[in-house]
Amino acid sequence: MSERAIKKLLIANRGEIALRILRAAKELGIKTVAVYSTADRESLHVRFADEAICIGPPQSNESYLNVPRILAAAEVSGADAIHPGYGFLSERAEFAEQVVANGLIWVGPHPQAIRMMGEKSLAKATMKAAGVPVVPGSEGILSSAQEALEIAEQIGYPVLLKAVAGGGGRGMRIVRDSELMESIYGIASAEAESAFTCADLYLEKLILEPRHIEVQVIGDKYGNAIHLGERDCSVQRRHQKLIEEAPSPVVTPDIRAKLGEAAVQGALRVGYDSLGTMEFVYDKEGNFYFIEMNTRIQVEHPITEQITRVDLVKEQIRIAAGQKLSKTQSQVFMRGHCIEVRINAEDPDKNFMPSPREITALHFPGGPGIRIDSCAYQGFKIPPYYDSMIGKLIVFGADRTEALARMRRALEESIIEGPKTTIPLFQKIMNNPKFISGNYDTSFLESTILK
Amino acid sequence: SDVYVRLGDNVREGQTLCIIEAMKLMNEIEAETTGKISEICVKNGSPVEFGTVLFRIEP
Repeated sequence: MSERAIKKLLIANRGEIALRILRAAKELGIKTVAVYSTADRESLHVRFADEAICIGPPQSNESYLNVPRILAAAEVSGADAIHPGYGFLSERAEFAEQVVANGLIWVGPHPQAIRMMGEKSLAKATMKAAGVPVVPGSEGILSSAQEALEIAEQIGYPVLLKAVAGGGGRGMRIVRDSELMESIYGIASAEAESAFTCADLYLEKLILEPRHIEVQVIGDKYGNAIHLGERDCSVQRRHQKLIEEAPSPVVTPDIRAKLGEAAVQGALRVGYDSLGTMEFVYDKEGNFYFIEMNTRIQVEHPITEQITRVDLVKEQIRIAAGQKLSKTQSQVFMRGHCIEVRINAEDPDKNFMPSPREITALHFPGGPGIRIDSCAYQGFKIPPYYDSMIGKLIVFGADRTEALARMRRALEESIIEGPKTTIPLFQKIMNNPKFISGNYDTSFLESTILK
Repeated sequence: SDVYVRLGDNVREGQTLCIIEAMKLMNEIEAETTGKISEICVKNGSPVEFGTVLFRIEP
């Protein structure tokens, strides 16, 4: 393995993550190429990029998901690397392979790792073989509802039927009783076929009152892998994260070490050579079980950056260029507490209806411990074609108490006029005794706040 | 090699006006209407993108 300098990076994404990648590239002295749909012509990262190429109309299939157009843009601009961001093509192994086949550097893990971790029951089997605790359930893909019944009998109800090609909280159905298994199996299978073109299912025990705890790992091309601690992402609505914090208010140093160790073992097992996140479900007793691995940069990466002072995107680019990890495990430290809220252009009072309006007034908070990762600006017209996240407010404090006080202050200072946003919801949550106590699980948002 | 069309040429609908090369593939761009080339908007060899106007044809 040797170094291959990156001189020009094509950013195959949009919105706040495209801006984040652009910022990292600039700081590394790398030229940037933005590809964009006509709907994103006025977006910040397009304006800041050294070159920008329009690759299609608003529809993702004809722009951000369009492989030939993106590769053509790389060729025309002379880019030597592509960063896929998150979502879109970031976890498409075939795309990664095509990037490499075209002589470009893929800023991500080797395609086989993407493929293995993308098939959820294979990912689980691989992690189990690496000694990572997994949720009790089926060994691989279910052959029938009968098999599901047998396994559920062994591990105990309630159980989850999950789509093998699913992930990110999609394609899951709860079965509480053996009588319901046959019919729900049929429904889940049909849903999986329709949503993911693959009807295969696997079974898992449903962990009650779970927390969603994930661990950031980084590997390089020399066989080194480290972890950068955990993130608690238990505040979710319909399996979509809204608030994340690092460290988790409930994880003890002892469990942190075990989580980190397990995550690193899992990463080493698949020769993981980029940024990745191991997701675990964490129960009341402090047991954790692997559920899936995300083979890309994540939305909530900033909270890890704040407490470890590691620039994850720069690290990811350096690793792709063939450099070694900049830290050993013993050099990683975690200090303070960080909380992130995802500001979505949605109306929390109208069932989170999207609100893609023009931002007529914008004032982001400032002062100590405030970081804003956002593509929003005053006058920006939020396009209705993509997700509703317009930015992330990331607040850091010496401890959780300070972070909470600072977040309350920052939310009060925030002004976004035009679209409705989730800011008022976050103000409610930051003043909620359960959230303040730190003793919340993934049912918190829907059962406490949204009732 | 010869150019496909010149300023002032009469062209038929479906006639090849130029080639766009992308990913080692040559794509022939055809006139959408019959008429006269009133403007050539791009230089030979220059990069183009989605939405770029290539030619103007006066029907």
